[in-house]
Amino acid sequence: MTTGDGAPSSSRVFVVRRDQDIYIHTLRKLFNESHGIFMGLQRSEEELAGKSRKAQLVQVSKNYRSVIRACMEDMHQAAALKLGPAFLQVSILSAMELIWNLCEILFVEAATAGPLLLRLLDWVRLHVCDVDSMVRQVLSSESPSKHKLFWNVVDVFVLQGRMDEARHLLSKEASANPASMNMYKILDDLMKKMPVPSLGNTQTLTELELKWQHWHEECQRYLQDGTFASNPHMESICKILLGDEDAILEKKELMTTWYHFLVTRLLYSHPTVKPMELRFYAQSSMDLFLGGESSPEPLDMILMAAFEFEMHQVIKECSIVLSNWWFVAHLTDLLDHCKLLQSHNLYFGSNMREFLLLEYASGLFSHHSLWQLGVDYFDHCPQFGRVYLELHIERVPLSTEQKALKVLRICEQRQMHEQVRSICKIMAMKALRNNRLGSALSWSIRAKDAAFATLISDRFLKDYCEKGCFSDLDLIDNLGPSMLLSDRLTFLGKYREFHRLYGEKRFAEAARLLLTLMTAHIAPCSFWMTLLTDALPLLEQKEVIFSAEQTYELMRCLEDLTAGNPDKQKFQDDDVETTKVEMLRLALARNLARVIVKEGTVEGS
Amino acid sequence: MSCKGDTRTQRSRGGGPAEQTGNTAAPSRLPLFLPLPTRPATDAEPIGAGAAARRSQAEHSAAPARPGNRGQQAPPGSYKRRGRLSAAPGPARTRSRRAPGLSLRARRRAAANQRARRGAGGSGRGAGAAMEDVSAKFVSQKISRTRWRPLPAAALQPPDVFATGSWDNEDNRISIWSAGDLGNAGLNGEYHGEPHLLCDIQHNGDVMDMQFLDQERIVVASSTGTVTIFRHHQNNQTLSADHRWAKAHYHVDQDTSCGGAACTGVVCNNPEIVTVGEDGRINLFRADQKDAVRTIDNADSSTLHAVTFLRTTEILTVNSIGQLKIWDLRQQRNEPSQIFSLAGDRVPLHCVDRHPNQQHIVATGGQDGMLSIWDIRQGTMPVSLLNAHEAEMWEVHFHPSDPDHLFTCSEDGSLWHWDTSTNVSEKPSFLHQGGRSTAYLSHSTMNQSVVSAWLSNDPTKDRMEITNLIPNQTLSVNSLDVLGPCLVYGTDAEAIYVNRQLFA
Repeated sequence: MTTGDGAPSSSRVFVVRRDQDIYIHTLRKLFNESHGIFMGLQRSEEELAGKSRKAQLVQVSKNYRSVIRACMEDMHQAAALKLGPAFLQVSILSAMELIWNLCEILFVEAATAGPLLLRLLDWVRLHVCDVDSMVRQVLSSESPSKHKLFWNVVDVFVLQGRMDEARHLLSKEASANPASMNMYKILDDLMKKMPVPSLGNTQTLTELELKWQHWHEECQRYLQDGTFASNPHMESICKILLGDEDAILEKKELMTTWYHFLVTRLLYSHPTVKPMELRFYAQSSMDLFLGGESSPEPLDMILMAAFEFEMHQVIKECSIVLSNWWFVAHLTDLLDHCKLLQSHNLYFGSNMREFLLLEYASGLFSHHSLWQLGVDYFDHCPQFGRVYLELHIERVPLSTEQKALKVLRICEQRQMHEQVRSICKIMAMKALRNNRLGSALSWSIRAKDAAFATLISDRFLKDYCEKGCFSDLDLIDNLGPSMLLSDRLTFLGKYREFHRLYGEKRFAEAARLLLTLMTAHIAPCSFWMTLLTDALPLLEQKEVIFSAEQTYELMRCLEDLTAGNPDKQKFQDDDVETTKVEMLRLALARNLARVIVKEGTVEGS
Repeated sequence: MSCKGDTRTQRSRGGGPAEQTGNTAAPSRLPLFLPLPTRPATDAEPIGAGAAARRSQAEHSAAPARPGNRGQQAPPGSYKRRGRLSAAPGPARTRSRRAPGLSLRARRRAAANQRARRGAGGSGRGAGAAMEDVSAKFVSQKISRTRWRPLPAAALQPPDVFATGSWDNEDNRISIWSAGDLGNAGLNGEYHGEPHLLCDIQHNGDVMDMQFLDQERIVVASSTGTVTIFRHHQNNQTLSADHRWAKAHYHVDQDTSCGGAACTGVVCNNPEIVTVGEDGRINLFRADQKDAVRTIDNADSSTLHAVTFLRTTEILTVNSIGQLKIWDLRQQRNEPSQIFSLAGDRVPLHCVDRHPNQQHIVATGGQDGMLSIWDIRQGTMPVSLLNAHEAEMWEVHFHPSDPDHLFTCSEDGSLWHWDTSTNVSEKPSFLHQGGRSTAYLSHSTMNQSVVSAWLSNDPTKDRMEITNLIPNQTLSVNSLDVLGPCLVYGTDAEAIYVNRQLFA
């Protein structure tokens, strides 16, 4: 499933796509709508008892088909505007619907002898609709019975078992031909009396067979009497009613397909066919119909496999022939819910249902915007779904924050912590690159990524050291509990709090906080000098702020900093630093003197 | 009746009793070998509209409580407990359909729907009346915004035209739709038509937000940072770009080829347009001026998610660290005049709307799906926190003419209708006139009830009926808009839905 786009030169770029149909615009409707049905099916209650469960599954199957049909309509409309690839797509869709419908009858509904034939008749009527245009032509002409297609239409009606319509047409002919009125009456009577299986349980199969036998003999009698000898058309109809294979085969052109022939043949010779007998009639019908002139096409093989109840063969052939995974994935899932596939395990991966769903969902993920649908399919693959999702979700391009949030929500709902971290990190990096420190910090807090939070906090502190003021105050002032994520972030938050307290002239609290930042080793050592410099104005205030004990602590911090620093060179070389230290020492000593005096007097008084 | 037309009707009606076209051999316009049903979809259940329209109703008494004043250093993890506590007990978890959350009436109704759905078997299903109201259309593009075109002042008819914008497609589009032909109204005044496309135009980047400036012009915010005014020419049904502010939002440098930042929100008050973006910038444009009238760089250190007008000169913004800010555009200072926040939680806020009549009441929706109601006259924290959706709330809207009703939609695929009007027993409804008279009347008649409805803290008095309008949806509902009796919403499942009888 590869499309090659490129110049005919040697250097080509090939666009490789795993599921080509995913990219057809009109099919997106199919994918989206069937996703809803799929989810409904997964949610549906398994415990429903036999009959109602079957009814439910049949309903689901019909829903799928109605989506396919809706899609076909859209394509017809598109094709009406401009002929193009839509034309091919419509025929693929109609083939899919044809196969699905047959599978629905045989596997999902598992129709029994009797109703089976009625279902098959519906199936043929639904899918062979050339007759419609013919009927319209005939009926719209002035005298239908004179129309050259008149008998063709009657034949088609008979072949499809649409007796009432056939009789209606015949009555027109009869009224135009009063001479042969009797003949028409007899044929009309035969067609009226033909016993058909009923959907209700009003009659048993034996009853039906008996009635049918009688009717068959009656037809036989009229044919042998030569009642219809004067009219070849009517004679051939009578032969069809008798299930004469040659007579039916003569109408090959009208039936167009071998499966139509099969159903007609069953209708007039084996109306009570059992599901398991279908394969014999199917094979012989195909052989008779094709008559060695043409070899069966893939569609024929698929339908044949279905008639043979070779479910796996159907799925296999469909996988090979169709250019999408949609069909096989959904059909297999439905059959699996019917509990028809359980015995089958693949020699690789998980079971077949899961394998096909994974393929389909992977295709969805390769699409620019259908990836969201794929998530739910992976969710319903018990064995490998999670792994696939983890691998795919990380590769969804995150163009905007909103998209990132959506991807993040998917991961968070499924406790995919690793992916959550990686997405947040990507977004944080993007924000950082765009100089949006606030955003970057928000993302790393969401990911609980301590290392990254530290990195960003350092950037904030660096900016502060350079500019002398904080940016993004609205964020830093509102860190709340998330401040505890990393030490550096805590320091950033607390340091900003110090500034606020200082700005609000709550000096005592500010001083206490400043000291705590150093003594509790929250502040990084590289920042101590800045902190001590920040203490300077507090030491120089008119009133005494640091107590004697606090002053001793401050002095110890300063000495730790100067003594503990192995790189003494730096201080000696740097005049500014030396002056700073000297000034600090001076201020500390003066403060100590003042505080001793003050504390002495306070205690003394 | 042609095959096509017939199926359409069936599908959009969302599952009325299937009309048997039977064997009348509907004529077909199609090539012979392309089978089209003679009995289209009569045996297959229509999807979409019907599924979405299944309603479940739940009544509950919301107990909006003022959140406790908590210190900044509360241990992490306590957030959850507080958040859930402050909302109503078991409030309207309609999705989970827990029995205690459902009133008796609601349960009966849900059961009836279930029955109708299952019992129908092969021949369509007995649809409830509710399903008839909603029409759906799959549009093959993920919808990020839906907006009704405003009605002219004298209009008596319900709104008909709406605009949608798509996101996350390779080729994004702005589309104008007609909600359905009035001529198609059935005998009971039901609308069977599904939305049909009037015109569309390609749009560069995801549509992040859009709003009608007037009857003809739409302002669209793009993920590329560009803000565009599109004009809808109603006489020949075309769209054209009227004016474009390229890269109104940008990261590092406005002039480089890359570096645009997504414009996340736009609000208009003709001729003024305010936009906000991921770059934390606020722009004020005038529709008739080429350059921005005012730009506030670094208005927010985090992403601004949405914006709305508080008064003509004041705007409200919400950001990704749970703050609601008021900006006075008359002041030259680049600082907000007031900051409100969700005490310490930092849950990002995604949407904001202001009560249409009482401008001090503001509703916001957050990342955790919580609905917050704020009274901006007092305090810095929300008056009530209502536990709502299970994922991001993407949009919140007061009903423009009947503000007792509020609508929210969410990433979790649900759309909730909050109705506080039930405690006022026999209040006449003006909605069906669909016009502007409603807004006028509500000032005098509804004032008292509304105050008690959205701001009251008394759990015994307060009754809020909450209806989830889409119980079974799985993908995100990104946008909704409500006008008169009509609701339109769009989803990530690439469908748009129109409900034309919201209050039926």
